[in-house]
Amino acid sequence: MNLEKMYQEIILDHYKHPQFKNLAPMVSGGVEVHHINPTCGDEVTLRAQVVDGVIESVTWDGLGCSISQASTSVMAGLAQGATVENALELTAQFLLLMQGKGVSTDADEILEDGIAFAGVAQYPARVKCALLGWMALKDAITREPGEINE
Amino acid sequence: MPASSLNAEILKQDFPLLGRTVRGGKKLVYLDSGATSQKPTQVLEAERDFYENHNAAAHRGAHQLAEEATEAFEGAREVVASFIGAQTREVIFTKSATESLNLVAYSLSAAESPIQWRPGDEVLLTEMEHHANLIPWQELSKRTGAHLRFIPVTDDGELDLTDIDTLINEKTRILSFTHASNVLGTVNPVRRLADLAHAVGAIVVLDACQSVPHEAVDVTALGIDLMAFSGHKMLGPTGVGVLWGRFEILESMPPFLTGGSMIEVVTLESATYSLPPKRFEAGVPNMAQAVGLAAAIGYLQDVGMHAIARHEEDLVTSAIAQLETMPGVTVLGPAGPRGGALSFLVDGIHPHDVGQVLDDDGIAVRVGHHCAWPLMRRFGVAATTRATFYLYNTHEDVTSLISGIRRAQEFFGTSS
Ligand SMILES: Cc1ncc(COP(=O)(O)O)c(C=O)c1O
Repeated sequence: MNLEKMYQEIILDHYKHPQFKNLAPMVSGGVEVHHINPTCGDEVTLRAQVVDGVIESVTWDGLGCSISQASTSVMAGLAQGATVENALELTAQFLLLMQGKGVSTDADEILEDGIAFAGVAQYPARVKCALLGWMALKDAITREPGEINE
Repeated sequence: MPASSLNAEILKQDFPLLGRTVRGGKKLVYLDSGATSQKPTQVLEAERDFYENHNAAAHRGAHQLAEEATEAFEGAREVVASFIGAQTREVIFTKSATESLNLVAYSLSAAESPIQWRPGDEVLLTEMEHHANLIPWQELSKRTGAHLRFIPVTDDGELDLTDIDTLINEKTRILSFTHASNVLGTVNPVRRLADLAHAVGAIVVLDACQSVPHEAVDVTALGIDLMAFSGHKMLGPTGVGVLWGRFEILESMPPFLTGGSMIEVVTLESATYSLPPKRFEAGVPNMAQAVGLAAAIGYLQDVGMHAIARHEEDLVTSAIAQLETMPGVTVLGPAGPRGGALSFLVDGIHPHDVGQVLDDDGIAVRVGHHCAWPLMRRFGVAATTRATFYLYNTHEDVTSLISGIRRAQEFFGTSS
């Protein structure tokens, strides 16, 4: 395992050009969550708008390392327009990837850029970084609309 | 290279772990002694010898082994006491500095605390405290209603003493602060603050986690009342820390943990307690760890605390000088004189990523908030990268650090 394997080009690209990193104004029925990684202080604020079981928009803002920022960016891209059910399945796949547990055979297809994070599983200290945005997403889309939560 | 009177290259050979490689054959460069130090063979052997030859429950039993275990444990107490210029009966073995500080905060707010808490009372801390010297006081404040106040930190990482005459006032009951910052390397003016606090009748507590391992510390000269430090940061084993206190203060304090070994007479309804130090050492103590700590102190004394302090100053001065010539690198904390904790920021690269690149080169540093989250906020950063030095580090280690940071800048494309 070397640095280049962990920091794939895709990760560095997302880090330098994060997607959807621009909180949309809160609208009625939107949900906002704020997640912190207490071991390092990295944080993400995420806003999601779910209508009839479909994620109409996910935007976020945050402070953190390349892995947490890139992973949140990839997550936001995948979650736009997905059904809640699909997004939860994606989150489960990403979690398996991070646990180094082997993912389903079509993982490349469904996780798209997310598969680039496979190398992070080799560094237990960084797994939490990669999961920060995903856990925020899971939290947000399983809440009642209109909640703002710390 | 300025001469220093210890040879780190030779000392290194006493530390088996420092000989290992990491991340696929890279030579280990250990720059995280501020978190925990590595252990020399002498310490490992002392612990092993205790278990192999003298292990029994100290202070109990009439057999020879129990006597030997007691002697070994009490002998360790004498070694610690003479190391910090204290009386033997003033040294309490705890599990860690964290436990020592919790003991103090709990005892001083218990029903039989020597402090009679009144509305409006204050506990004074600083903005640069480790969580271990912050949260126990937050809890004390919930129990007593005391108001926590904080000595601010300047942009240079020093305590800002501009308003010290109002911060220390007749309502101040406790002043607790760190001797040396684990983040900024700042060394605080202990005697001056202690004298000011004593003038208003406050109790003075010192977190000496980052000073006792690195320089000669004499509790009498510091003029303080209580002091906490951890064995594992000074070449000793994990699981042993120290609380030192002036005997009169300790004698006035109720116990924290209660149970066996700390009593005089017990009935079903009540108990009376031993004098310190035993009052604060409930249960079968951490004998092997105390013996290991005594061996660590022996090792430090053989090298010489002044030589250690000079050596670290040398390394940190050289590291700062080199970091300051690097574009995009900012060193936090005072220029000097300072302790060996060196925090820095690299423009455009999060500390986690700096740490990851360094790790790939076999260099172990700490990244994150260093258990001093409020201090991070004070400097408007989420985290820093921190290198800490000890007697076994060399100038070559500093050179590795510098080239590692350069590599991180190249890797993330931020080098200009
Ligand atoms: C300044 C300071 N205080 C307290 C502590 C807590 O020490 P321990 O975790 O050994 O109890 C540390 C260690 O990280 C420290 O650096």
